[in-house]
Amino acid sequence: MTSQDNMPMTRAEKRQLKRMKRFDNPWMNPKLIWGAGLLLGIVALGLIGRLLWDPDLVFTGSSMLRLPPIGFENLRGQEGTLANPLGTDGGGRDLLALIIIGAPNTLFVGLLASLIGMSIGIFLGFSAGFLGGRIDDTIRVLADVMITIPPLLILVVFQSAFGDVTLTMMALLIAGFVWQSPTRLIRAQVLSMKQSGYVQMAQLSGASTSHIMFREMLPNLVPYLFGSFIASVTTSIVTAVGLEVLGLGPQRIPTLGRTIYEAINAGALIQNLWWWWGIPTLLLAVMFIGLLLINLGLDEVSNPRLRKLS
Amino acid sequence: MGRIPRDYLINRIVTLFLTILIAATIIWIIPRLSPVDPAEIALGRMAAGAGAVANSEEILAQLRANMGIDQPLIVQYLKYLGGALVFDFGLSTAAFPTPVSTLILNALPWTLGLMILSLIITFFIGNLLGALMVWDRSPKLVRVAIPAAMVFTSIPPILSGLLLMWIFAAKLQWFPLTGAYSIFVEPGWNWAFVQSVLHHGFLPALSIVIVTFGFWALGMRGLMITVQGEDYVKLAEAKGLRPRYILYRYMIRNAILPQITAFALKVGLLIAGQVLVERIFAYNGMGKLLYDAILNQDFPVIQGVSYVIILMTAISVFLVDLLYPFIDPRIRHEAA
Repeated sequence: MTSQDNMPMTRAEKRQLKRMKRFDNPWMNPKLIWGAGLLLGIVALGLIGRLLWDPDLVFTGSSMLRLPPIGFENLRGQEGTLANPLGTDGGGRDLLALIIIGAPNTLFVGLLASLIGMSIGIFLGFSAGFLGGRIDDTIRVLADVMITIPPLLILVVFQSAFGDVTLTMMALLIAGFVWQSPTRLIRAQVLSMKQSGYVQMAQLSGASTSHIMFREMLPNLVPYLFGSFIASVTTSIVTAVGLEVLGLGPQRIPTLGRTIYEAINAGALIQNLWWWWGIPTLLLAVMFIGLLLINLGLDEVSNPRLRKLS
Repeated sequence: MGRIPRDYLINRIVTLFLTILIAATIIWIIPRLSPVDPAEIALGRMAAGAGAVANSEEILAQLRANMGIDQPLIVQYLKYLGGALVFDFGLSTAAFPTPVSTLILNALPWTLGLMILSLIITFFIGNLLGALMVWDRSPKLVRVAIPAAMVFTSIPPILSGLLLMWIFAAKLQWFPLTGAYSIFVEPGWNWAFVQSVLHHGFLPALSIVIVTFGFWALGMRGLMITVQGEDYVKLAEAKGLRPRYILYRYMIRNAILPQITAFALKVGLLIAGQVLVERIFAYNGMGKLLYDAILNQDFPVIQGVSYVIILMTAISVFLVDLLYPFIDPRIRHEAA
């Protein structure tokens, strides 16, 4: 066919060719796919795990205390058994059951909080950018003010005053602190888009404000919105885990952060009970790495300049 | 104020004060929405200590008067704001007659020291590595190793702290497990104490550094890509300047500026993250103070610590905003 068949391609050329194919669909980005895969893995762990493993093992005293994972031995010389493949914590809870129940809880808080936060952010950002004037001033100042307040501290005050909260309540509280960045981002984008030809065209043709906002402008913001969403999921989970590690999250629902809190308090680090804090830590790390990969992938989707480098 | 337009300055000052006011108000309102009565908690603590308390009604009334919660809400609020202005948050309920401000003053140097140290290290390392990722003369190894190291950056510092603590303190025992200095040395300006502080501070600082440098590196990478294509870089190359000279004097110097604003936005999260690191390392800073206060339901301390940290964040954002035009003469502030 072409000369390419005769000459063996260098690696750079092959990569070039691959990239040209990938060019058709920027969403088929390896980082994006890997990141989404990691997160889906955690969701699957929660969904399928519940079917295959006995969720009642999360209760205190349901197994022997401080058993190591299979293939390891604890300080008392006990070996891991098949009944508790990932070991048990100081209260006799099975760690596999704990992460099956706990990991989706942690992810749920992050997703719910940022869904709400994003909705507020989209609404306020569009209002500020599109309507301008007094409304813009108010929203902008409010976002500027709220962005400097670290959510963790306000929530620490809140939860020490109110004690136990549910997961949904915690997500709602965190949502109050993740709307600022999307608001600022969307406002800036809307302001620049307002000047663009297609928006002015729509205005001239008499389209309604909501039509312009949601049918003309919003689709162009999708990569930014996704990026912003993932960033706020990360912030939400960091905040939630931070609260839990301080012992302030939901008290009776297993979460990854709370498991770490209990492990630190029981001195698991000195007693070499590494599986107790290590497994939740690992799972959280996987979650954050997944989110980071998605974010990097989205960056490449929305900013083709970066694609050249990888 | 030289090049800073007055409107911009006023705008920033208003934002600063609004931030502090709103944060202080939220911190004040929340405990008052709670059904828990602090006087009853104090009474409960007495009862737990003494077995039984006679005249509990009178004591409750007295406690309420002492805490000032028998006054109208608006009076309480104004008093609180007045107190917050001079960092007076009353007395700690757990360490009873100690004023909250004393506790905070004792903890603050530790937190600030750890924070400034780790910030400087991350800012330096992160930006350098980010620049090397883009520079076309950096060794192959650097280009592969840095993106791999980025994986750490997605992890909050508590997790890296736990990991480092386990490896270097619990397993290898190279570093002490907890605390800010050894209990065997006398605090003071002597070498043994300084050595002990550095020894204890290494792991907490490292756990912050390895998770934050990537943020700077990523930002720097994006900026360097833009700078790389600029005409002045091409010109410098054409002039035959040494590549290293071009990297430092032409590319990094121009790319680094927006990083400083990013810094302002990140300060809040950094401080909050550090609070948690201090908690797990039982480092003598604000984080430990906060954690102990949470355990003891010590509201004045919780409020005081939160307020001081928010104040620190707001002021650093404000300062960065103001200093920025001096650092980057290309920036002209629009009158906002």
